[in-house]
Amino acid sequence: MFEQIAFYLFSVLTAGLFLVTVLSRNVLYAMSSLAAGMVLISGFFFLLGADFLGVVQLVVYVGAVMALYAFGMMFFDATRDIKENNTSSKVVFLLSGGIAVLLVVIFAAPILGNSIEATYPPQEGLTNPESIGLVLFTKYLVPFEVAALMLLVAMVGGMILAGKKMDQSLTVTDEEMNIPQKDGDK
Amino acid sequence: MDALLIGTVIKIVLVLAIVAALAGFGTYLERKVLAFMQRRLGPTHVGPFGLLQIVADGIKLFTKEDFIPQNANKFIFMMAPVVTAATAFIALSAVPLFPTFTIPDAIPFIGGAIVPSVIADINVAILFVLGMMGAGLYGPLLAGMAQANKWGIIGAARTAVQFLSYEVVTGLSILAPIMLVGSLSLIDFNNAQTGGIGSWIVWQQPVAFVLFLIAGFAETNRTPFDLLEHEAEVVSGYATEYSGLRWGMFFIGEYANMITIALLASIIFFGGFTPLGFIPGWLAILLKVTFFFFLMLWVRASWPHIRPDQLMWFCWKVLMPIAVINIIITGIVIMI
Repeated sequence: MFEQIAFYLFSVLTAGLFLVTVLSRNVLYAMSSLAAGMVLISGFFFLLGADFLGVVQLVVYVGAVMALYAFGMMFFDATRDIKENNTSSKVVFLLSGGIAVLLVVIFAAPILGNSIEATYPPQEGLTNPESIGLVLFTKYLVPFEVAALMLLVAMVGGMILAGKKMDQSLTVTDEEMNIPQKDGDK
Repeated sequence: MDALLIGTVIKIVLVLAIVAALAGFGTYLERKVLAFMQRRLGPTHVGPFGLLQIVADGIKLFTKEDFIPQNANKFIFMMAPVVTAATAFIALSAVPLFPTFTIPDAIPFIGGAIVPSVIADINVAILFVLGMMGAGLYGPLLAGMAQANKWGIIGAARTAVQFLSYEVVTGLSILAPIMLVGSLSLIDFNNAQTGGIGSWIVWQQPVAFVLFLIAGFAETNRTPFDLLEHEAEVVSGYATEYSGLRWGMFFIGEYANMITIALLASIIFFGGFTPLGFIPGWLAILLKVTFFFFLMLWVRASWPHIRPDQLMWFCWKVLMPIAVINIIITGIVIMI
């Protein structure tokens, strides 16, 4: 009972929030709805009993969208009044139609859902993180390691790009700013 | 099921009421403790020992004009304090507070209800609590960006810096205790330390405890790391334009986070609510939480605060390598 109510609430809210993300021209609205939608998606994992994945979704995307905000802060004036003109009504039409279809499918899904079988059913007696670790380090070991390697490459690349002036301090001392010393100090 | 449901509802109401009220009482304690450490008197005029100062402050907060600056983004400006307060309480919902107990049948209506130790017993509680507290930093971030104020923007930028600094350290520091216990559930952590003071995880993981405490101070913006609203530099940072109850919500959120961090520290490292000799479990955890709360005030009275770039340097170049080395050593010891 609670689960069904929560599921429909989350699905409507997530679809609505991501619609705002796509359509709004105000950077603050777009990013806030993106963050809220990402947090609400973790609710689906919790409803399905995949607590660990839900928490990972929460932790990862809270941090990721926070970094997006930092860029938004640098490039946009978040408080400027932006007129939300929907020049492309086709996009609005398609997206809202798509969401309507999606909602119908969501409501009809329990009818189809009985015939779905899990390819890798979770083993009995294992907790969430254990079963994920088991699948990750046996069945999907190669993709997992490749992803790790790619992240390492990306990290090294980021360091090389950003690290040219890393040995210099960001803070400037008085002498470097050429502030004349008062006579009393000498 | 019904007994448990009623008990859970009672627990939710109790936690909301007590923690929200504790935020008010916490300000009184903070002012008194700081005053004694700085050889002042603190609040003395209103009521005995200045105790009614809380009521006076509450009346002031509730009746103050709710003010929205002219160029602010109104919706986000109004939402931001709610984010802080709400996430703080959601995080608290997965933390065990006291041992499970049954309300005696003598009490009408709610007699026989089982009050669980934790509102939502999810088996990855540690990560959930830390993730939710991380999401709580969206409050200051949105508040700072929405208020059309230069100090607010600086406060928001510092929020992002602080978040990107401490989060890695928090996660890595508790990884070693998690490896020892083999579970992410806080109840399991509590049950792993039932053998008296000697079985507390802090004796096996002192480094992890210190790292977690430092990251916890950054997470709750307590003083060595209170960059977001440091008065001497950025007026009031993200809270510059806030007044009245909306400012109060930031405040309640911050104090609820302090209590959560104190609870986490005492459950993960100090045995949680297991009975301690002749001290019953509920009193033991209360004493531990009070001590950590006091420690936060103590540190505030003793230490100056540091710059944002120093915080980032400290977290990434000092604390993170120590945390990784700690994890590797723990892993080797467990393997052997």
